[in-house]
Amino acid sequence: MGNRTIVPFGPQHPVLPEPIHLDLVLEDEKVIEAIPKIGYIHRGLESLAKKRDFNDYVYVVERTCGICSFMHGMGYVESVERIFDVEIPDRAKYLRTIWAEMSRIHSHLLWLGLLADAFGFEALFYQCWRMREQILDMFEESTGGRVIFSVNKIGGVLKDMPHEMLLKFVNNLNGMEKELRALTDVFLNDYTVQSRLRGVGILTKEQAVTLGAVGPMMRASGIELDTRKLGYAAYGDLSFDIITSKDCDSYARCEVRIGEIFQAFDIIRQAVSKIPEGELITPVKGNPPVGEAFMRVEQPRGEAIYYSRSDGSKFLERMRIRTPTFANLSPLLETLKNAELADVPLLILTIDPCISCTER
Amino acid sequence: MIMKFTKFALKNLFRKPVTRDYPNVKNEFCERTRGSVTINIEDCIYCGSCQRKCPSGAITVDRNARTWTIDRMGCVQCENCINNCPKKCLHMDKHYTTPDFTKTVDTFEGPPAPPKPAMDPEKLAALKAAAAAKKAAAQKEAQKSEE
Ligand code: SF4
Ligand code: SF4
Repeated sequence: MGNRTIVPFGPQHPVLPEPIHLDLVLEDEKVIEAIPKIGYIHRGLESLAKKRDFNDYVYVVERTCGICSFMHGMGYVESVERIFDVEIPDRAKYLRTIWAEMSRIHSHLLWLGLLADAFGFEALFYQCWRMREQILDMFEESTGGRVIFSVNKIGGVLKDMPHEMLLKFVNNLNGMEKELRALTDVFLNDYTVQSRLRGVGILTKEQAVTLGAVGPMMRASGIELDTRKLGYAAYGDLSFDIITSKDCDSYARCEVRIGEIFQAFDIIRQAVSKIPEGELITPVKGNPPVGEAFMRVEQPRGEAIYYSRSDGSKFLERMRIRTPTFANLSPLLETLKNAELADVPLLILTIDPCISCTER
Repeated sequence: MIMKFTKFALKNLFRKPVTRDYPNVKNEFCERTRGSVTINIEDCIYCGSCQRKCPSGAITVDRNARTWTIDRMGCVQCENCINNCPKKCLHMDKHYTTPDFTKTVDTFEGPPAPPKPAMDPEKLAALKAAAAAKKAAAQKEAQKSEE
């Protein structure tokens, strides 16, 4: 047995966009164990549900995270809609789907950039974020915000996307897609990238199941599961496959996410061609009835669960979010075992950590 | 297989810069851009709806002093106040709040309240008579219950 040392990793570390702390127990350069510590950016957003009117709380939920903000808003709103038992207009469903998929593209592009940064490929990082900027511009044009959109409301959406705007977006996306193919080719086929990703951070199918991995992390271990298939928003009307990979390593996770970007392009195109005309919002009156509801949403990072319980007043009694990163933490610890110290930043990134969500 | 990125790198050498030459070239805001909240104070009725609806508690409405105050750094540009104003006197300006060393608080002062219209003397007399009659009836009732 070599000498054991404990190296603190984070909460401030160049590779981490957000603070998480890991105590790495090392034997020479090998990680024997990683002990996580979270809670640096807990803001108490869940308990704010008791102090803000359930209608205004949408704007609080959205701020859980700056990357999947739209889907947080959507998950919360749909859970309250279930308590009310209202059917939202079809157009609103499609608009939600389009925005959600645009969020997925932007989130995965952000992740690809960070991944490139984590293995030291700065130029590739900038290329990914340059593309992501185009999506942010589209968000600004359609919702008024680049990061936080504030378009969800209980019963529907607040803003419409006119037909010309949708067509313009599809055009933009088509242009992006071509360039993106070349860019993702670098991730998938470049020698330097492969040497850092292949065979690193293996999470077998059995481990993924027992440790409860979600999202691309799970699908990269060959499990075919996607919450979008439950058919919330307009996903029920659209056809798409679940993208999986059998390799179980970091490369597989990268591959799955890249696949999902192109799938999102396709889903948006389908949604634009099918979107019906009509109302944007079903007016919802009064306070929510006594009751509770669950909502499961497939976020870019995996399945998120929203639970709302109402006691009949205008303040919700409880609002809870189970975020995907939280579920992916234990698989992460598994992949860190026996990893090289130099691979640790990369492995942390492959779960696409979103610590703000996790700690709320 | 090796050096897939070279193509990108070479292309980049001859490409126009992706970033804008700010401040020579200014950003153009979209029609829907949410910059900062402004008020048309003449139309405000000081109902306080915006204050109650603001998720971050950035607005303070003072009905007596007839002022409307916004904490610029506290506002998160959610547009909730705008959507809930009964007089539609709030709107979003496209320009962002300028960065500052101190927390900017903007106070808007409304015009003084219009004087209450004077009451018609005949109506006033009628009202007074009605009140006196009511009082007398109440007294009678009280006497009755005492007996
Ligand atoms: S909601 Fe509108 S009218 Fe009422 S106080 Fe606010 S700005 Fe004035
Ligand atoms: S935009 Fe939102 S945060 Fe800003 S003042 Fe209005 S309600 Fe408050």
